[in-house]
Amino acid sequence: MSSQPEQTKGSSTAAAVSVAQPGSGAPLAGPGTGRTHSEVLASRGERPTSYDPADFAPLTGREEDWRFTPLKRLAKLHEADGDGGAPADGSDKIALHLPEGATAVLVGQDDPRVRKAGAPIDRTAALAFAAVKDVTVVTVTKEAVLTEPVRLEVNAEGGTAYAHVVFDVKPFAEAVIVLDHKGTGARSANVDLIVGDSAKVTFVSVQDWDRDAVHLAQQNILVGRDATVKSVNVTFGGDLVRITPNVRYTAPGGDAELLGLYFADDGQHLEHRLFVDHSVTNCRSHVTYKGALQGADAHTVWVGDVLIRAAAEATDTYELNRNLLLTDGARADSVPNLEIETGEIVGAGHASATGRFDDEQLFYLQARGIPEAEARRLVVRGFFADVVRQIGIPELEEQLMAKVEQELAQELDR
Amino acid sequence: MATLEIRDLHVSVDAEGAQKEILKGVDLTVRQGETHAIMGPNGSGKSTLAYSIAGHPKYTVTSGQVLLDGEDVLSMTVDERARAGLFLAMQYPVEVPGVSVANFLRTSATAIRGEAPKLRTWVKEVNAAMTQLQMDPAFAERSVNEGFSGGEKKRHEILQLELLKPKIALLDETDSGLDVDALRVVSEGVNRVRATGEVGTLLITHYTRILKYIQPDFVHVFAAGRIVESGGAELAQVLEDEGYEKYTGIKEVA
Repeated sequence: MSSQPEQTKGSSTAAAVSVAQPGSGAPLAGPGTGRTHSEVLASRGERPTSYDPADFAPLTGREEDWRFTPLKRLAKLHEADGDGGAPADGSDKIALHLPEGATAVLVGQDDPRVRKAGAPIDRTAALAFAAVKDVTVVTVTKEAVLTEPVRLEVNAEGGTAYAHVVFDVKPFAEAVIVLDHKGTGARSANVDLIVGDSAKVTFVSVQDWDRDAVHLAQQNILVGRDATVKSVNVTFGGDLVRITPNVRYTAPGGDAELLGLYFADDGQHLEHRLFVDHSVTNCRSHVTYKGALQGADAHTVWVGDVLIRAAAEATDTYELNRNLLLTDGARADSVPNLEIETGEIVGAGHASATGRFDDEQLFYLQARGIPEAEARRLVVRGFFADVVRQIGIPELEEQLMAKVEQELAQELDR
Repeated sequence: MATLEIRDLHVSVDAEGAQKEILKGVDLTVRQGETHAIMGPNGSGKSTLAYSIAGHPKYTVTSGQVLLDGEDVLSMTVDERARAGLFLAMQYPVEVPGVSVANFLRTSATAIRGEAPKLRTWVKEVNAAMTQLQMDPAFAERSVNEGFSGGEKKRHEILQLELLKPKIALLDETDSGLDVDALRVVSEGVNRVRATGEVGTLLITHYTRILKYIQPDFVHVFAAGRIVESGGAELAQVLEDEGYEKYTGIKEVA
């Protein structure tokens, strides 16, 4: 199979194949890849995970999964306690809204649900795991169809906070879960979503932080048999935000739609690193992340790792990342990695593009009398609209488009 | 009465660091109610003329004037020119993903008219114009020019012409890529606008085909960056018969 960037449909190769995509095998080096040299990497599937922070060496910033992240701005969330790490001294205001059909309970780390969705993939997630002794478990009752979203609102008021929450959606239930982050401080969290067999979940995490917040979050999504999950990450605020969504499937028939939008202003570092691990047959994953950047040293990172293991026949996967540079001085790194260990798949592909504002679009709109600022707004709205439209919650879609407008207004005010 | 005056217009384009002059002194006056055809071989600069008047940033006006009712067009931004009454129907309209035709048309009409059109009458107006151009109503929900066929793009341009009612319309190669049916529909649209008597039209074309549907009052031959001959509609027939060879030294059909 070739390493063509677009979708490969209906491969009929019987033997195992490996695809030399950036990040699997020998990654490409050079401009746009974020690498100055090319080196052979192990399969994403072999990267260790652990609940014990001691299993992860202290970070240097040279690690493959930390090479884009400015560690100095992590507010010591990567340091162990007693080793210069940040003690939990935050005073977050948390509000949990549970509609009928959902309940919440605090459990210890030995509760099986706490370790069900997946282990920490890096040092910061392991440190956060170790730091939270009482884990919040929100359960959506089997077969319950929630009429309102489960909402978890975090209003941080400075200091450092560690968090761990598990959303356990039982079979055949239907739920919308919204995590809303506001305020400031340093926060490192593990967020687990267990999607029971045939359940349908829309999971939205909004990072609407104040400009100086630091936020790390590992999101583990475990998709049950014939279950459907739509995950949406919306990252606008914060000084440094790094989200690592991981998707695994327990049984055939799982469907994961992973959407994201982000908007980075001057100096912000917004990073999203996804890993979709296809290990069972007949599952689907579809990733669409779109970002806009404006201002000096605005930096976004998108890494999309997709692994189709040998057993995962009839997998259908596609991932897309698009970045729109609105001004000079911004930088978007975009690294899709696709590893394929079986040819018996429905489709596997990726597309990544980072471009400047299109002057021809601007000219066209202006030639119809539309003033430049409004024309820019139309183009950026349009850029985000096709991912926002896929969310399927009109109220939230409107809020997000309003946020996009706000971000654009900031630019115009400068 | 609206008048577009082009006086000794010189325009350059940046070509690999050096300025290359494309328009070398164009003089032309287009009045409301008149239709002028600019005909010329490929590379003669006729499209450059249209884009320079509309204000495309790629082109630099090095000398000369463009006046609309005495106002200096060249000192206006692109959108100001459109609001002053200029309209450019493009040969290759640009795709704007995620922006629906309906939203685009309304935003544009609001800008041109200075106020948002009343929703009820607006919807009727758009639907009527689309019906006349044989456009499916579902068209309004598609993203601007995205995935449009060549014919759809041209109909969409003429739809805007009809809705925006400019003083001066610049139609750049509107006939290119159209089959006979589409050409007829598009030409009828242009003729409806012309019939109001309120628009001056500058029709830019390589071939005489579209002139069978849209009768010009004046025909100008464009070669090597300027108008080299002007006449009435009969000049088009001469070009049809003899081509541009006389002007360029190169055998090329019109």
